Amino acid sequence: MYRIDFNKLRFLVCDDNAHMRRILRTLLHSFGAREVYESEDGATALEMFSHYVPDIVITDWSMPIFDGLELAQMIRQPDANGNPYAPIIMLTGHSEKRRVTLARDAGVTEFLAKPISAKGLYQRIMNVVANPRPFIKTKNYFGPDRRRNTTNSYVGPERRTGGAMEVMQQPSLLDKARMPG
Amino acid sequence: MARPKPPTLQVKAFADHHVITQPNPLRGVMRYVEDKDFDDPVARAEQALQDLSGEFEKWMSIECDRLAAAHAVILKDGFSALARDELFRAAHDIKGDAATFGYPTAGATAESLCRIIEHAPDLTKVPGDLIAHHINAIQAIVREQSNSQRIGVANELSKRLRGVADEYLVAINRERPEHLEAVLAPSIVPGD
Repeated sequence: MYRIDFNKLRFLVCDDNAHMRRILRTLLHSFGAREVYESEDGATALEMFSHYVPDIVITDWSMPIFDGLELAQMIRQPDANGNPYAPIIMLTGHSEKRRVTLARDAGVTEFLAKPISAKGLYQRIMNVVANPRPFIKTKNYFGPDRRRNTTNSYVGPERRTGGAMEVMQQPSLLDKARMPG
Repeated sequence: MARPKPPTLQVKAFADHHVITQPNPLRGVMRYVEDKDFDDPVARAEQALQDLSGEFEKWMSIECDRLAAAHAVILKDGFSALARDELFRAAHDIKGDAATFGYPTAGATAESLCRIIEHAPDLTKVPGDLIAHHINAIQAIVREQSNSQRIGVANELSKRLRGVADEYLVAINRERPEHLEAVLAPSIVPGD
């Protein structure tokens, strides 16, 4: 059985709600994490992201100044300071399908709908640690590969062309958001 | 903690995109353990949450006060963008946190309020009672949480408010297909 040495991971948690930050800090410390940095808005989180170079970012969506979606977009700048490949887990009260799609298109790696559970958070962290996806850079997207299955039925304007590409066999972000836990 | 050097990227170029792979930078944090040595981190975290639960009643009360304060500003000065955002964030936080704090019905009522704020085309035209009843209901549900005889009433109240809110949102968004679709779409949250 594989487990994660959380004491080797550095987390950045961004949520404007102090109670939720406390919950997250409690969960991460219980998992074994020692380095958990916290921010209450997207702007501060971006500064901390450059300064502390976290291994994993966990962010809320709805926040003042700039929100979690904008934070994800700013992190996913290929030439920006910090690590543009860092896994981003969006932890949010938003629970609509279109929100999952927006988060995916902003470069979010995992989506976790509130209410939070220890199991749900652990599974998302385990997934980004054990199963990192390749990154895709197009004219208007830079982030984890959004393809999660091998069907060739998608014919929309963002269909990638120019050769076959291995696809990670994983449930879609939406299917994973619907999973219990 | 000294950070290891970032691993080398491999870039494959295609006609309209690049595929970038790197050796898993976090592979060093995975460790194999025998089943007998497995100390369940999820169980440990659940216990830690349980230990923290003594705070939840106070936290929920603070969240409710914040919601009431945001509503009071709107009743006094009307719907400015700032006031709207604060009301939404206060309701949205309750939607996300309440179930964790042990108040799932308050969370469901807050979700209904969030839907009104998000999908009503003009908040100044939303019947004031619809918003006020949601906020009063959330406060009452939290206040009466310890009274087990009121749980059925709380569930019924929450469902009825959601029904009225949905009816209003469907009617008001008939000419706004994007919002109508969002209003009618099922939640992605398991068990909803």
